[in-house]
Amino acid sequence: MGLRPFEDVITTHGPTVLRVCRAMLGYHEAEDAWAETFLAALRAYPDLDPKANVEAWLVTIAKHKAIDSHRATGRNPQPVEAVPEGVGRGGTTIEDIDELWSALKSLSSKQREAVVYHHLAGLPYAEVASILGSTEAAARRAAADGVKRLRGIYEGATP
Amino acid sequence: MSTTQNEASENGGADDLFAALPVVDQAASERLHAKLASRADADQLVDVAYRTIDTPVGQLLLAATAEGLVRVAFARQGHDAALASLAEKVSPRILAAPGRLDTVAREMDEYFAGARTRFDLPLDRRLTTGFRRQVLAHLPDIAYGDTASYAAVARLAGNPKAVRAVGTACATNPLPVVVPCHRVVRSDGTPGGYAGGQAAKRILLALESP
Repeated sequence: MGLRPFEDVITTHGPTVLRVCRAMLGYHEAEDAWAETFLAALRAYPDLDPKANVEAWLVTIAKHKAIDSHRATGRNPQPVEAVPEGVGRGGTTIEDIDELWSALKSLSSKQREAVVYHHLAGLPYAEVASILGSTEAAARRAAADGVKRLRGIYEGATP
Repeated sequence: MSTTQNEASENGGADDLFAALPVVDQAASERLHAKLASRADADQLVDVAYRTIDTPVGQLLLAATAEGLVRVAFARQGHDAALASLAEKVSPRILAAPGRLDTVAREMDEYFAGARTRFDLPLDRRLTTGFRRQVLAHLPDIAYGDTASYAAVARLAGNPKAVRAVGTACATNPLPVVVPCHRVVRSDGTPGGYAGGQAAKRILLALESP
């Protein structure tokens, strides 16, 4: 079996990569990072090993695009210009997304990435470890610490 | 995937932490897809662009390379199978990017409305080779509203004995409707087989009959 049509890759992984970008960059920067990620992926696609984990490959590209975006924006939250409106089901708004993003920003980058790649993107720890350049055990620990910290932030925030 | 979910549930799960992020944001997905398609097109990264159209012979898949229309597929042939085959034979850089197919779609609409008797489109014939390609090259010689027998087409293609090969060439025509294999019929006047099904062949012949 060779590579699937790239359109299938977008259909299958596009929504997850968007969630990853939103978690790493906030609502507004996420869309550019998503487009940059898939454009770079499309460029490199014919050389991808057909047996590769496509989601891990995309998340790796998204990580680099997120770093580029952080550099460009100096890591500061971008002011939300538009009046927040519903962006999806369940009453989630741009504000909700940016609130999550702010909470994630208080984690160390390793914790944040481990939490997002494992719990949000659903990548196994072996893949998370290879993206982070660490061991599987370290990735597991970083994710656990990150989740604990996030829960602390959320519980602290609720009266 | 199941191991991933097991791993997550072993950790007590953290899905609730990401409740703010919609699992699927349809509006954003469509907006981003359009943006990606136009940027990819500008960067010449779309090796095969495709779209579908609704016609009297069912939904047709239209796919084009930078060179021209490369594939037309009937629903019964399986659009996913046609795209998978393009990924293998042409390139996996395949995108639903309707812009490149605007002219094709317009000419198809005109044809099915009876307002067009020939297609004026650049074609990419790379999916057929050898004798089949030779056979298909002769099909536009059969005029709109006319038909020819498989034997007559074999003579036209310069190999009168290759009647069966003509049948195969028509059955595997990657550009049906545009390259008119539906005008090739049996010697007794019955339509014969068709990649889009006999009913589709009858509809096309009826549409073209004066």
